[in-house]
Formats: sequence, C-alpha cells, structure tokens
Amino acid sequence: MSDVLSSQDETIFALSSAPGRAGVSVLRVSGVGAGRVLEDLTQSALPAPRRASLRSIYNAEGTVIDQPLVLWFPAPKSFTGEDCAEIHVHGSVAILEAAARRLVELGLRQARPGEFTRRAVEHGKMDLTEAEGLADLIDARTEGQRVQALSNMGGALREMYEGWKSLILDALAQIEGEIDFADEEDVPDALSHAAYPFLEEVAESMSAALAGADRGRAVREGLRIAIIGAPNAGKSTLLNAIMGRDVAITSPQAGTTRDIVEAGAVIAGLPVTFSDTAGLRESSDAIEAEGVRRALARAEDAHVVVHVRRSNNSEELRSDIVFRNHEADDSGRSGAEVEGNALSGEGVDLLMAEIERQILEKYAGLENSALTRVRHVECISSALENVEIAKNKLGTMAELSSENLRKSLINIEELSGRADMEQVFDRIFSSFCIGK
Amino acid sequence: MFHVEHLRESGGILRLDRWGPSPYMAAMNSSSTYDVIIIGGGHAGCEAAAASARMGAATLLLTHKIETIGEMSCNPAIGGLGKGHLVREVDALDGVMGRVADASGIQFRMLNRSKGPAVRGPRTQSDRYLYRTEMQAMLGTQENLTIIAGAVDDIITDAGHIVGVRTEDGREFAAGQVVLTTGTFLKGVIHVGETRTPAGRWGEAPALGLSSRLYGLGLRMGRLKTGTPARLAKASIDWEALDQQAADEVPVPFSFLNREITVPQITCAITHTNEETHRVISKNIEKSAVYGGGIAGRGPRYCPSIEDKVVRFADRNRHQIFLEPEGLPGNPDGDTVYPNGISTSLPHDVQDAFLRTIRGLEQVEVQRYAYAIEYDYVDPRDLRATLEVKVQKGLFLAGQINGTTGYEEAAAQGLMAGTNAALAAQDRAPFILDRSQAYIGVMIDDLITKGVTEPYRMFTSRAEYRLLLRADNADQRLTKLGEDIGVVGEVRARYTDEKIEKFTKAKALSNALKESPSALAKAGIKINQDGVRRSVMDLLAYPNITLPALTAVWPELAEMDADTAEYLTIDATYAGYLERQARDIEAFRRDEGLRIPDGLDYGAIGGLSNEVRSKLTDTRPATLGQAARMEGVTPGALMAVLAHIKKANRAA
Repeated sequence: MSDVLSSQDETIFALSSAPGRAGVSVLRVSGVGAGRVLEDLTQSALPAPRRASLRSIYNAEGTVIDQPLVLWFPAPKSFTGEDCAEIHVHGSVAILEAAARRLVELGLRQARPGEFTRRAVEHGKMDLTEAEGLADLIDARTEGQRVQALSNMGGALREMYEGWKSLILDALAQIEGEIDFADEEDVPDALSHAAYPFLEEVAESMSAALAGADRGRAVREGLRIAIIGAPNAGKSTLLNAIMGRDVAITSPQAGTTRDIVEAGAVIAGLPVTFSDTAGLRESSDAIEAEGVRRALARAEDAHVVVHVRRSNNSEELRSDIVFRNHEADDSGRSGAEVEGNALSGEGVDLLMAEIERQILEKYAGLENSALTRVRHVECISSALENVEIAKNKLGTMAELSSENLRKSLINIEELSGRADMEQVFDRIFSSFCIGK
Repeated sequence: MFHVEHLRESGGILRLDRWGPSPYMAAMNSSSTYDVIIIGGGHAGCEAAAASARMGAATLLLTHKIETIGEMSCNPAIGGLGKGHLVREVDALDGVMGRVADASGIQFRMLNRSKGPAVRGPRTQSDRYLYRTEMQAMLGTQENLTIIAGAVDDIITDAGHIVGVRTEDGREFAAGQVVLTTGTFLKGVIHVGETRTPAGRWGEAPALGLSSRLYGLGLRMGRLKTGTPARLAKASIDWEALDQQAADEVPVPFSFLNREITVPQITCAITHTNEETHRVISKNIEKSAVYGGGIAGRGPRYCPSIEDKVVRFADRNRHQIFLEPEGLPGNPDGDTVYPNGISTSLPHDVQDAFLRTIRGLEQVEVQRYAYAIEYDYVDPRDLRATLEVKVQKGLFLAGQINGTTGYEEAAAQGLMAGTNAALAAQDRAPFILDRSQAYIGVMIDDLITKGVTEPYRMFTSRAEYRLLLRADNADQRLTKLGEDIGVVGEVRARYTDEKIEKFTKAKALSNALKESPSALAKAGIKINQDGVRRSVMDLLAYPNITLPALTAVWPELAEMDADTAEYLTIDATYAGYLERQARDIEAFRRDEGLRIPDGLDYGAIGGLSNEVRSKLTDTRPATLGQAARMEGVTPGALMAVLAHIKKANRAA
C-alpha cells in the first residue's frame, strides 16, 4: 500500500513496444514531470499537443542519442490522465539503453507492470472492467479472445452494469418517492410497487449474465479437453496424432502415462488445452493411483471429455465424445462417436471436426459474454441476491427494500464507478410533481 | 394577549427585559461585551441563541424586531419526513423547537405511520401566534441570554479578528464570536409580477451592509429564490363544501420531554386546481417573475410555484391544495388560511383570477398576495463542519444563508452554530456530528462537501444510515453527547439516562428469555417447529408477533411500558440490518479519521488533474472521507492526497 502511495506523484517511463531490435521502439512517459523531462531530453520547447514532431534527443553531455518522433499529451487528455509523452526512437538496443539511462538521470523511474493502466483507472480514464479488457486484449492469443477483450475494453461490461444501475435507480426512485413524498398528491400510494417490474428486469438480466459467466471465463482462460479411458486404450497415441508430433510417450505397456501430459491448440478461434491422462484402473501402486485420481479430477472440470475405448469394459464415465479405437469392439455409449485409428491417424480429422462442432455449439458467440472473471461473478451474484431480497420486501418494508438496493448498487460499484442519491432525486423530481 | 415580563440578574446588574422596543435596554447595552452575538431572530437564530446561552456563554440576540422573534414566515408547520427527524435531534440536544411546536401544534400527524419506524416523520401545523409567543417566552426565561432590537449593518473586525457588530443606527456591541442567521434578508428582493421591492420579508427592510461585508471576505455567493402563497380570509372560503383532513387521534409530541399534547386540534380542508385555473395561469405566464426572466436565482424542485407545476407537468389536470388555518379560532391569525401548494409570483389581478377558479375559493378574499423572494446565500463549501467561515475565524453562518430551506434545517444549523460559537469563545474543542450519528451530520456534511444548486431540504433518503438514525431514538443517540459538552441541561440528561437504562434492562431480559417452538405453540404463538429455542427479541422480529402476545408465555413482560415495547420491537425488526450498518459505519469512521491538514497546498501535490485540484482547493475537505464524497474526485486523486499527507507527516 505505502509503496503505491508514495509512487503516486512520481513520473514513470517504460518501453511500450517489445524489447530488442526493431524498426521503431516506443518509450512512454507519464506523470507530473513528463513535460519538463521532454523539454530537457529534446533541449527544446514542448511540441504542439498530440502532434507528431521530429526532435533530437540528447544525453547529459549534450550529444545526440537519436532523432525520434515525439508526441506530447498534456493532462487530462492522455492515456493515463496525467501529462504523458511518447518518444518513438529507432529500435536499437543501444539507443534504448542510452535513452533509458538519460530518463533515469532526469529523475524518472521505470514503471512497474501495469502501472500505466493503473494510473489510467485511478484517474478515471477507464473503469476497472475496461482495464481488465485491455489487459486481456494485450494477452489475446486467439480470435475469440480478441473479440471478447475488445468488447470489454470498449465498455461492454460497463454498458451492461450501467443498464442494471439505471434500472435499480429507477426502482429506488419509486421506493424513495413513496417514503419521502408520502404526503404529496402527485405521488401515488404504494408507489414502491411500481419498482417491481424494474427489479424483475434486473434480476432476469443478471441471472442471464451469470449463466453465461462460466462460458465467458472459458473463452478468456481457454477450453480444457480431457482424454480419458482405460489403460492402453491409446490415449497418448491419440494425443500425438492430434498434435502431429510426439508429445506423450507411448508404449504397448499399460500404465505408461502416469501424470497428466498437456498440449495446446487452437480450435474454432479459441485456445484449447488437451490433457492426456493416466489410464483408469484400480492400482496398488501409489504413484499410479495418484495419476488416476488426477485423471478423474481433470475429466471433472474439462469442457469436453474424449473417452478413448478399445474394449468392452464399460465404466460409467462422462464422455462427450467416444473415440472408438479400431481394434476395440463397439460398446460405446453416451456422447458422439467417432471411429478411427490413433496409430495410423485415420479418423482423427473426424474427431477434430466433432470437437470443433461441440465447441461451436456450446461456446460460440460467447466472446460477447462479459463476465470473464471470478471477481465479476462474485460482485454480480451479491448484487442479484440483494435485488431478490429487495423484491421480496417491496410490499411490506419499503425502507428495507431500499437498503438492499443500495447494497446492490455498492456491489455493482465494486466493478467500478459510483452512484449517488442525487441521481435518485433527479429521477423523482423529473417524473413527479412534488411540492404542495 | 400573551405577555412576558420578567426580571433577570446578570453581570451584577438587575435588568428589566420587556418585549417590545426598549430605549433603556438599548442604551444600557450599547457598550456591553458578550461572548457570542447572534444576528437574526428566526428559527436558526432562536436555536443558536438558546444553545449558546445553555453552554454558559454570555449571549446577545440582535434582531430587527423583537415581536417577530420565532415568526413562521411561510408555511405554519413544523416537521415532516426528514424534517421531523431534525426536530427530534434538536430536541435531543435540548433545543427549543420541539417544545415550542408541542405548545403551539394544532394538527399533529405522524407521516408514514403505516411504514417502517425509520421513515416515520412527526409533523404538525402550528398556530403562528402561539408559536412565536411561546418561542419568545422560552428565550425570555433563558439564562445568559439578552435580546435587543437592532438592525445589524456590519461586523467590526480588528486586525482580522471579529470584535463586534454595528447596527444601522450606530450602536456597537462587542463579541469575539458572531453567528449570522439572515434568512432571506440578505439583499432580499420580493417579486410580484414585474414589480421588484427590496425586502427581507413582506413589509420588512432587507440587510444590505452585511451582504457587502461577506462579499468583502471573498466568499463565494449566489442567489436563491423561494416563494410563498397568498394568505386567504377564512370567512371568504366555502369551507363546508370541501373535504377535510383531521389530525391524528392521539397526537405524538415532538419533544422527548412531553408526554401529551394539550393544544386543541383542528382540521384542514383540501381542494384542487383545475383546467380553468391552469388556463388562467398559462395565459399570463409571461407576467410571472420567474418565467418573465425577472428572477435569476434557483428555486427548489420540491417546492415549485404553481406556474412551475403547470408548465413542467402540463399533463396533470389538477394539483392538490391544502387549506391550512394559521391559528385557532379567536387567536390573532385564526381567520387567516395558508393555501399550501400554490405559491406564485404572478401579479395580484392574475392571482385573484386563478384563485377564484378553485372550488371553495369562488368568493375568496386575499389578505396578502403571494410573492417570490430572491436572496443572497453563501456557498456552504466556504464553511467548516462547525459552520464557521473558513476565512474568518469567529464568524458562523446558519440557516437559509447557507443555501438551505425550511425551519427545521435552519434550527438544526442554528443549534450547531450557536454551540460551536460558545465552544470557540470558551476556547474548547468543536462539537461535530458525523453522517453516522445524526441527520444534522448528514445535512452539514452535504452542505460543506457538495455545496448547493437549489435550496437544500432534508429527506430521509439522504441518510445512508437511515435505519439507525430514527426519530424515535434521537435522544439515545445524541443527548449524552450534548450533556458531555454542556448544551444539554440536567433535567433532560437524567430523564434520558433513566430511559436508556430502562431500555437496556428490557433488552437484556428479552434476549435472555427463551422458549422452544412447542412451548410457544401451546401459548398460541405459531412458528416453525424446528426445535430452535427463540428469545423474545428473536420473536419480535416476526412481523405478526407483538409484545402483548408474548405476555402469555412470559408474564413479566407485561410490566414493560408502551415506549419500551416500541423500542424492543423496532430494535428486533431491524436487528440484522443494524448489525450490517454498524460494520459500514466502522469503515466510514476509518476514512473520517484520516484528517487533511487545514492549509494543505493542493498545488504541491503531483498527479492531480487541474479539475480535481481546483475542486479540492474550492471545498477544502477536512477528512479523506469527505474528499471521497466529492463529485469527480477519483481514487487516484485520493491516493495522491493521502501519499502527500503521509510524506509530510514523515518529514515532520
């Protein structure tokens, strides 16, 4: 805490592009000293705001380091909301080192990871959910993740909770109207009942968002596909066939795979992780038993389970897809079935098509699901709980209903932003003629 | 006629205080020195004077006219939702408003009676004559208080310190602390149609000199407006043709010290405007001072003029009017009726015309026409939580001058300003109530943190700890605090002690008495047969279980009086919520505990945007919590301020 506090009035800089040799590298500076530093560095007056200008930058001895494009963003119209500068130098390691050394000499400090974004949030330039979206966007590896992150950075989640907030404020206006203006003719009796439809709508919308939350997280964190089955069913062979390379050790000996072997891929624009697991059987070997336990746990929280079978032993296992290895008999049940030969690779394309079909069916279009983090789910779950209590207390105890709605607003505010009683008054006074 | 005359010993001189102008008194006191001078005898001034005097400070109340002390210039009513809470809090601190209202109330009604206890608001209409004479009598018997008629024109300072005040006729009175309660008098202008008359109230001169003094201090000032309806001759109203609204059968007093109301209760009549009324008003709308552009000051949204209602809510085909007698029959204002709901600044002929379109008012005679009044107020962000002006030590402001509206809001500020002026005179620590302690705290914090854009009125919804800050427990919350600083007298202090002791014992007993569901069922109390033993408090939380019903199980409960039963029931009803609020309050107090030094130079703090910096410089919040409640102050700005303070502390 104190670290963060004492750093607030420091001016920071960071290399904003990837490190190493490049055509152009971008150094970014933010903080109250940004203007002074830019003047010192360029030994000339500040350029016009938000215009790219060609300047020379100098080291302490007055020697030119490089001739970069510089941009000057005076507060508050900047990324962080503070005075900011960008220096687009030629991307050589030597130039970057010289420039960084000069910036430190001029009193700047290297930014900590995420510090620019943090300052932007703290200065109200973006809310927390938008910052999270930005972080996800930078980390996005697949098209689905990019779409989701971009949507949150653009305020999709904000839009959603602003909508809830607005509905709750509408409901509160009815309730507070009944409480504080009970003696006004223009305020109908039992006005708080008018809050009911607003709360219904919020509750429904929150429930829907929560229902999609698991899937939203799946997109952000990636999908997990577990490959399970009896020992020697050919699970590791199948994984190798899917990946097109030897990821797992295979052998004719049952129980070769003991721990979980993972390999990543992209299916339907989403990142997926295949987990090859230990063969499922009773074992007195402590290590193998642990492997089996892990395999079952992995199957438990997988988004898709591929059950590889080659014999008639019919354990009651969850299987979204049964991959019947050729030599096996035909006793597969439950999920879709694909026939093939893991060793020859035959049928693996059919398996992949089936996996893609299932992912598309369960998770497609969910790039737009905004609740991407546990934090979101917790806040909205609490908010929903408070809305439900408020709904139940509407008819009997208006003041308690109001209390729960205020709490639900605070729950939503934990996602970001603030609400004020003044907003409730605005709604009351614009819809009712108050004043005898 | 009511008359007060009494002798008082003060400062070794035997004084004769007589109501009405007294040349002796003026001459005798012109060279006197006081601890605290209160300017203005309205609701803020009365409460300030009484509080300062109760604190033991030698107090002088200076007002234009002694006979208008405690005048109800507008609606003759006290209390209401939120406002009733304020009156109870003033009473809990031994203020006078509650007792005066009880002695003059002619139509007591508990608003929101059918709703939860936290949002019930006591209200009464008062007989204006009884109200002001009772107020004058109470102040007349108040120790340490001298009352003198005089129009204060200026404040005298010496090397930046307040040393006294000067009246228009040149008299000077010395004091180091001055409380200004100028109401609508500060550069007041009355508007009727296109006519503008400088006045503080109908027929009374405005205060001009004081306004210049305040501008001279560099205070940010603005204009607000309010209005009052016409006063009607009761005999000219067809009273019998109208619906009546009666008082409560058993009036509930405001003051915790009073057990019953002895003033006779009356009924009010109810009528409505109609489409013809609205047509007359619309046709003449440009003659209204507000719509004609004559008034720049902003009026309150919750107390609009009738022309405002007609324009802004054009879809409504009628608006309700309460016809409220201003006094008991036979009393001086007994033939005057206050038509609540139709304040206006339209010219006289238009007023006559629209009034006579209203049912019951076809033949009405106007005793005094409606008017709008515009006056100066000081941006309350220029005040400390004590209501002292930040840039002028010893100068306190209370009431409408701070941008509020309403007698109750004024009284509550008066009490706090008077108390703090006395504390300052005695060189003692200030008395501040925070948002978790009282509506008074909520109001003052709102004022000094957010300023005002329209006259500020109290509502229960402004209090985030509404379930705790109830009208019924104001004494339990505040009387002890008041006793500790000396603003509460011995009689009330002991009375409240006994009450709290009684309640505490009753609650302990009610938590201790427990019974199983089956035993309860035998006594006819049906609850879930889950085998869980429940206490009296647990059971009272059920909406359908009352204390009398429980006497079947526990006969000893029959000994509890009605007050105690009510207290236990409320406490049980809100139990879970109150526990949660207690936790919220703890967090709130932590932020309030982070004090920001008085003269903090926001220009020296890096990382603040110009906008936030100028907001913080304008408001100068006293705590980090207050800063956080300001609009537009971001978490980043708060952290920058906190970091700066901590660094400064380390360096020191």
